Amino acid sequence: MIVDAARGAPLGTDAQSPPPELVQLLTPEGERVEHPEYDVNLTPEEIKGLYRDLVIVRRIDTEAVALTRQGELGIWASLLGQEAAQIGSAHALKQDDMAFPSYREHGVAWCRGVDPLDLLGLFRGVNHAGWDPKAHNFHLYTIVIGSHTLHATGYAMGIQRDGAENAAIVYFGDGATSQGDVNEAFVWSAAQNAPIVFFCQNNQWAISEPLEKQSRIPLYRRAEGFGFPGIRVDGNDVFAVHAVTQKALDNARSGQGPTLIEAFTYRMGAHTTTDDPTRYRLQAELESWKLKDPIERLKAYLVKNQLADREFFDAIDAEAKEVGSDLRRRCLELPDPEPTAIWENVYATEHSLLAEERGQFTSYLASFEDVSR
Amino acid sequence: MNEGLRKAMENDPKVLIMGEDVGKLGGVFRVTDGLQKDFGEARVIDTPLAESGIVGTAIGLALRGYRPVCEIQFDGFVFPAFNQITTQLAKMRMRSLGTLELPVVIRIPCGGGIGAVEHHSESPEAYFTHTGGLRVVACSNPADAYTMIQQAIECPDPVIFFEPKRRYWDKAPVDRDLSKAVPFDKAVVARPGEDVTVLAYGPMVKTALEAAQADEQHSIEVVDVRSLNPLDEETVLESVRRTGRCVVVHEAPVFNGYGGELAARITEKCFYNLEAPVLRVGGFSTPYPPSRLEDHYLPDLDRVLDAVDRTFAW
Repeated sequence: MIVDAARGAPLGTDAQSPPPELVQLLTPEGERVEHPEYDVNLTPEEIKGLYRDLVIVRRIDTEAVALTRQGELGIWASLLGQEAAQIGSAHALKQDDMAFPSYREHGVAWCRGVDPLDLLGLFRGVNHAGWDPKAHNFHLYTIVIGSHTLHATGYAMGIQRDGAENAAIVYFGDGATSQGDVNEAFVWSAAQNAPIVFFCQNNQWAISEPLEKQSRIPLYRRAEGFGFPGIRVDGNDVFAVHAVTQKALDNARSGQGPTLIEAFTYRMGAHTTTDDPTRYRLQAELESWKLKDPIERLKAYLVKNQLADREFFDAIDAEAKEVGSDLRRRCLELPDPEPTAIWENVYATEHSLLAEERGQFTSYLASFEDVSR
Repeated sequence: MNEGLRKAMENDPKVLIMGEDVGKLGGVFRVTDGLQKDFGEARVIDTPLAESGIVGTAIGLALRGYRPVCEIQFDGFVFPAFNQITTQLAKMRMRSLGTLELPVVIRIPCGGGIGAVEHHSESPEAYFTHTGGLRVVACSNPADAYTMIQQAIECPDPVIFFEPKRRYWDKAPVDRDLSKAVPFDKAVVARPGEDVTVLAYGPMVKTALEAAQADEQHSIEVVDVRSLNPLDEETVLESVRRTGRCVVVHEAPVFNGYGGELAARITEKCFYNLEAPVLRVGGFSTPYPPSRLEDHYLPDLDRVLDAVDRTFAW
């Protein structure tokens, strides 16, 4: 079946086609399952590291939602439910690989060493991005849907020209797959055999629009028409996401070109803090996905396999709490920028018009100081 | 243009050429003729037919340290790339708090006068001068083409580079010594005069010079604006203060065109020097007409002189 039965069969469904294969290595109950192609090649310490990051980024997300509710942020795009897709894929990256996020990849940012405070600048309105992309190999957030897939493709073409053994990875959502730029990026990267991984987090909802408004076929199958492999992975299974992303990155680095990964997941929260999902989706759907929670299943696995004890889980919770409260404190201390920041960094070189405007506006502001004296 | 691009590629191995048909064919105007043969397919890239992709991937290459020079085949085809240019290329440096540099040049053959079919004769400069973060320049003659394209490629900011396509066939001496060249963000007095200043850029500079030559009654000073953003106000205002009269000429529609900005600034800053309002000569507020009508649409020598006469009738 091409789309969930509950949403009706779309036109053009091929009754003979087998159901989409979903790569899964860890069931929602925390049971390890075998897959003919993919395996878990992580040490117990690395697995515990995954768990730590999953918990911490959820805590960062919770804190940011709360800060928005209290008026400290203007808006926030929650990653709730998508932690495994982000942490699993980000852990597969090497230092010199370059990640291009959309605007919900707070988990990837965390793994790339970006201070969570730097993520808040955009949402608080003190800047448009607070981090140096080159220092973290983590590009700026991109809000114009899908535009950055072309930047990632170009960057990958640069990697090719440098003769480097790295890859670019670009994160986008199910809605973005309808954008012309994303399709152009598929065309270009295929024609150039660029070292890139297209990582689509299909969280089932593009704000209020479900997947069937975007596609008649499963998204991972789009890749075939462009001439490169596509694969669907359980996006709530951090093991499977890690294994699939690692393979795709290895392929890219070794000259085998692009891969489209469709991480099948669910946006458990609202699109952003301004959204109200109760207007367009059923509570039962959310409840069914809660049973597939990415953090709970890894916790179950750790417990069942006696890889972690209560002390470990308590320590992680305490650390996450500390990250959250530290983030809150520093967010409240973020100063508003000076008015003249409007004209800063627009051009690398001297620009007469900007200099004139800045001068005029500074004098205008100073005129109020004269009045007060 | 071709020599300027070649020189830039020789000087800096990070300079790339990308566009539709720029390789074996040398571009539809042959501007990149022979470059792929000499610099290889990795540096002179025949791209898929996707303008958004040309600019979008150029941004990515710039992020990796390259200096891409994109060719948009015709002015009317830049619009599929409009989003990448205005929402991404223009803003990325500011959004990164200055940590990212975007040395991307977008070459656009522009304007009419070659009897082309629709979408091949447009003058879209005002869309880009309206967007902070971009530099917008237009060359008007072979010597400037050679120097300005090299200066644009050296510039760390994104540059929209307009090339008047009907002037591609013009011939003139070119000084290869770049060190003597006027900076590409400066206007130049193309022909000194005393009675009236005619401001023009790109294809209209030649028209303005011809008008100045033909006018036996008035001494016309022609200023080649060259850089539309930033505007070299000093050169422009100095000329108008001297002559007291000004006519602005461009091919683009007059309404909301770049000439409106020039007229407003001159009026604001030279009000007491002006003997007459700043007059504008340009295209009409219509889609570009079929080519059999373009001679009526495009400003020519007579329409420039008509406006000059009107400034003296005030």
